[in-house]
Amino acid sequence: MSTVTMRVWRGDANGGDFQQFELEKNEGEVVLDVIHRIQATEAPDLACRWNCKAGKCGSCAVEINGKPRLMCMTRLDTLPEGAITVTPMRTFPIIRDLVTDVSFNYAMAERVPALLPPEMPEGGYRMFQEDVERGQEFRKCIECFMCQDVCHVIRDHEENKVNYAGPRFFIRYAELEMHPLDTNDRRDLVREEMGLGYCNITKCCTEVCPEHIHITDNAIIPLKERVVDAHYDPIAWLGRSIRRKTKRSAAEAAVQPAP
Amino acid sequence: MTAVENSTKVTLGGTRGGPDVATLRTDRWWLQPVVTMSILISFVIYSTWAAFQNKNYYVGAALQRDLISPFYSPCLSANCTPGSSSLFAIHGWTWSPALLILLFPLGFRMTCYYYRRSYYRAFWWAPPACGVADAHGTYTGETRFPLIIQNVHRYFFYAGLVFNGLLTYDAFRAYHQPGLGWGVTIGSLVLTLNATLLWLYSLSCHACRHLCGGQVKSFSQHPIRHRLWKFLTPLNAKHMNFAWASLFVVALTDVYVRLVASGAIHDIRLF
Repeated sequence: MSTVTMRVWRGDANGGDFQQFELEKNEGEVVLDVIHRIQATEAPDLACRWNCKAGKCGSCAVEINGKPRLMCMTRLDTLPEGAITVTPMRTFPIIRDLVTDVSFNYAMAERVPALLPPEMPEGGYRMFQEDVERGQEFRKCIECFMCQDVCHVIRDHEENKVNYAGPRFFIRYAELEMHPLDTNDRRDLVREEMGLGYCNITKCCTEVCPEHIHITDNAIIPLKERVVDAHYDPIAWLGRSIRRKTKRSAAEAAVQPAP
Repeated sequence: MTAVENSTKVTLGGTRGGPDVATLRTDRWWLQPVVTMSILISFVIYSTWAAFQNKNYYVGAALQRDLISPFYSPCLSANCTPGSSSLFAIHGWTWSPALLILLFPLGFRMTCYYYRRSYYRAFWWAPPACGVADAHGTYTGETRFPLIIQNVHRYFFYAGLVFNGLLTYDAFRAYHQPGLGWGVTIGSLVLTLNATLLWLYSLSCHACRHLCGGQVKSFSQHPIRHRLWKFLTPLNAKHMNFAWASLFVVALTDVYVRLVASGAIHDIRLF
């Protein structure tokens, strides 16, 4: 029977350190299995979040060998030989052991202005399949917040958290901006208050996404291009002026906030 | 519009878990930035050298060929090698003609979303790799000068299309060898490959995808732009490949033309 060495971060807001465990390794096991065995045998007070064990709830996000990953989806046999390091997500304040306080994300979620459809036309709202498909990719997000964790804008610069929504919410903004029934214009918001310009396209969010959402290519860059349309492209401005824009301006939206 | 009012305030601070080290990654995360840095520095050194050479950039009728280096096309200076000049010339410009035009392809690549990812990682270390601490105490990204200039990418894209058209014309001309007539040479194939890869690089650009269809709110109301967007989306997924391939081949094309023009090699006529 082969063994595995686990170095698991133990601690809380007062500090902590690695604790090392030597356990037997069984074929097909994932990191979460081993963490559970540690809880069952050697450290019953080891704190970690988990729920579905199927990569669909996002609860068991931690950093394995320094990279954000879901414990339930990381097979031991895919990791290099040697000790496996398991630490809590670095970007968020520690609660205990592998559990972090991710409330930053909930605060950012609250700030997103909701969809504002036009007045109900006769016969109700209608959406065509191609428009539905466009936003479907973004709906796959399981809110594991690993993209937020790996984003260096807030991972390495705490002060930016005040004005930076992060990749998870940029896909939400992109989804709403691409929604054919939405009448809000969020381009000023993402540029001025949500820190879209902080993103420098390093694509780490896309690399770690367990749902393989093309966060950068399909959400952040299209949002950046929409901001360019609004603020840095005089030809686009001229085109809008001639054709008259169909979306509400920032001033109009402020008068009638989203429901 | 503004964010929803009365939302929960973000609380800064709080102790973070894990050790205070730059990274816990054990793989060779440094390899990619090192390779990227090496390739880009090599290209910058070579292209700077080539741009200042001001010779051996055109193979003309004397060698029964019509090949021009992409670094020098269009040749706009008054002292272009005979046969290589364009419809008009900028009189008074006596330096290398490459210096007149290289700003545009350079600007296109410098502001390209893919290259931004690469050089922010390789040169600026912001961050050098995912999960590795970036090398700066503060960070403002692309919100301020000079990096806010990255937003002009689409203008370099427009300029790039003009250059692609010119280089395509150059490739077409390369199939007609003065004194011999129409035929295929290694040089004509190299110029064609160069123009093709530059078109693929431009068409796979994120700004192109946005302008062709991505900017519309409803695909169902813009079926032609939706088709264009669907056509460009798989190309866009390979933007990185086209970025590197076109970079290599544009340098290779200059090397080839330079070698033929200097007499170091002969441009073989295939048929």
